[in-house]
Amino acid sequence: MILSQQAKIPVRVTGVERVTPSIKTFTFEREDSAPLPSFSGGSHIVVEMRGGERTYRNPYSLMSPPEDYPSAYQISVRCDDQGRGGAQYMHERVREGDEMTISGPANLFPLTVTAPRHVLIAGGIGITPFLAQLHELRQRGLAYELHYQYRDAEGAAFRDRLAARFGDQTRFYESGRDQYVDPTAILADQPLGTHAYVCGPAGLTQAVHEAAAELGWPARNVHSEEFAAPPPGKPFKVVLERSQREVEVPANASALEAIEEAGIQPSCSCRGGSCGQCEQTVLEGDIDHNDHFLSDEAKARNSSMMICVSRARSDRVVLDL
Amino acid sequence: MGNEASVAVPEVKPVETFRDDFTFANSPKAIRRFPFPFTEDSYMYSVNIEPHNGGPAGSPYAPAFDIDEHYLSEVEERRKVLAEDPSRCTVLEHMMPAQWDTLELLMESLSTDYPDYFVLTRDGDQWTWENRLLGIKDTFTFGDPDTLPYEPFEYITRQVQGDFTLHDQRDNMLYMDGGMLTCQADWSLQFDLGMNFYEWHGPVPRAHEMGVFERALKYLLNLRVGEPVRRLNWTMTVHPRMDTSPENYHKWGIDRATVTPENVGDYAHLRVELQSLYRLPRSNAVLFSIRCYLISLNELVTIPKWAKRMHRVIKTLPEDLADYKGFIGYRPMVVDYLAPFDDGAELTPGAAPE
Ligand code: HEM
Repeated sequence: MILSQQAKIPVRVTGVERVTPSIKTFTFEREDSAPLPSFSGGSHIVVEMRGGERTYRNPYSLMSPPEDYPSAYQISVRCDDQGRGGAQYMHERVREGDEMTISGPANLFPLTVTAPRHVLIAGGIGITPFLAQLHELRQRGLAYELHYQYRDAEGAAFRDRLAARFGDQTRFYESGRDQYVDPTAILADQPLGTHAYVCGPAGLTQAVHEAAAELGWPARNVHSEEFAAPPPGKPFKVVLERSQREVEVPANASALEAIEEAGIQPSCSCRGGSCGQCEQTVLEGDIDHNDHFLSDEAKARNSSMMICVSRARSDRVVLDL
Repeated sequence: MGNEASVAVPEVKPVETFRDDFTFANSPKAIRRFPFPFTEDSYMYSVNIEPHNGGPAGSPYAPAFDIDEHYLSEVEERRKVLAEDPSRCTVLEHMMPAQWDTLELLMESLSTDYPDYFVLTRDGDQWTWENRLLGIKDTFTFGDPDTLPYEPFEYITRQVQGDFTLHDQRDNMLYMDGGMLTCQADWSLQFDLGMNFYEWHGPVPRAHEMGVFERALKYLLNLRVGEPVRRLNWTMTVHPRMDTSPENYHKWGIDRATVTPENVGDYAHLRVELQSLYRLPRSNAVLFSIRCYLISLNELVTIPKWAKRMHRVIKTLPEDLADYKGFIGYRPMVVDYLAPFDDGAELTPGAAPE
């Protein structure tokens, strides 16, 4: 027997809570109330949303504590104007009692547990993976500090909970009142071997990486997680050389989604341009890269693409698939 | 996905030896279920990874961790190796959560696949583990190493066939941060400990240039909880010797020079590793299981299709692979021994005995 061989876990939504005007927290439990797989801090699941005009599959960080045999998983979803369809679906359509399908947990943002000290820097909804990691850091007895920046008190999801449980290791920044995380100041005084983790808007992530580099930190000591939303764009055609198929990618779907729709299942995992699993060799075509996996040089070479988030500039792309 | 019905209850033989007088042998049943690795008439490295999601009833692919007729012999051999060299089981300190993950995975899998032999009873964090084959019944507190006679990883892997290594995942890389290694094919835990995936694969010819390790690593970094994968690896060994470690090279290296055309059928063994890889849930570590199977050429040729295919594969294996695998010296004798069994007939695809 292979334990819990479940690429897909059927769950029921047992809680929907609005935590800020734009953020909702969803609780999932298994139908039969059996425990869900244990997971490590920083893990995400992929939530499948069916029944709309199309199926969405979006990755969300698990924010519930990584305890043994969790009876429930929790995620938080922010919905804003430019948010992708999935977030809108979660906010507008998902109700308590609904049945949904999720993937097992995977971790692309693990703690480097061999490090003596850990600096966590969150912006807005980027706080969610840290909610789980803080528990793990405490459990392992590792030294840590959290810096959490949000726009205003109303949008400060989980601030009170964090202040109560991890208060002495936490600093809050309200950007609406001109309080900003200063990555250089935060990283400058850290002992050798400290690892930093950042999750939030692209600007914050970049600022942390730059500050660390300037201070001479090794690149591998700085970690970030950023799931890209598959951006809409102009339609294009994908030619699958080995499968001898042609697939039209419409404006509002990703290449991966269109290929799946055509009945082919390429290997993939996070669906947010982070894990690298769906990389495909490009035989022909000009790629508009949107992932966080390929290096800048690899992107310039145009010889492969992450089909979950990247699109084509040319009308046609030929893949070795 | 396998289930209880598809995992046959193995008959377990009394203890045989993997050293000195080498009393180890395969029953006809064990021969038929041997994980013969060659599906084609030639062999080259590839990214041969597939989901570990069961297999034909009674085959070594059906259970998560295969227990067979050699169980007692292999557990005893492991005990002997550890008595001489306790460092064969070493786990770095930060891997304690991964140790508990391993104990849980093995206990759950074994008790589900072999309920007649292994029983796990859980009452909160009070666990009772019963191993009827070894006459063990221990109650301990899950999460508290002081309640077990060994650390959790050593405790459970002393009771399972095959070697195990534990890998922390950091900075998009896997590190060898622990293991139980008593039946390895000429590599050393003490040497590889702390190395990364590319470093410990350093000595392997061709595969780096072929991009095999780059693709394999990417696959493993994305391994998910509950979706294990497996692959087969193989080499040849003189005598049914489990412990072909560099540490004991002085005891077995010389064996290669003792192979003659008269004894090759008895001395030369095909050594196959059924390797499976699991993402561990709490630690995010990867558990690598290396389950080793040995079969002498005399035993192997009782399956006509295997005799023919083995002949073709060994005969055409590139020099550098035969050299790396350590049998280039006696390869001509293996080929000459197998040649009379091969009529050149076209073989059906796949590795099944027919
Ligand atoms: C964490 C997982 C793995 C571990 C711990 C591991 C470990 C090892 C070790 C210790 C060796 C012997 C190197 C030496 O000569 O010192 C080896 C050989 C090798 N490994 Fe891995 N390996 C792993 C995964 C893989 C995977 C996924 C592949 C997939 C292609 C692979 C392919 C090979 C090959 C082709 C060899 C050469 C074997 C031979 O010709 O006998 N390994 N591995």
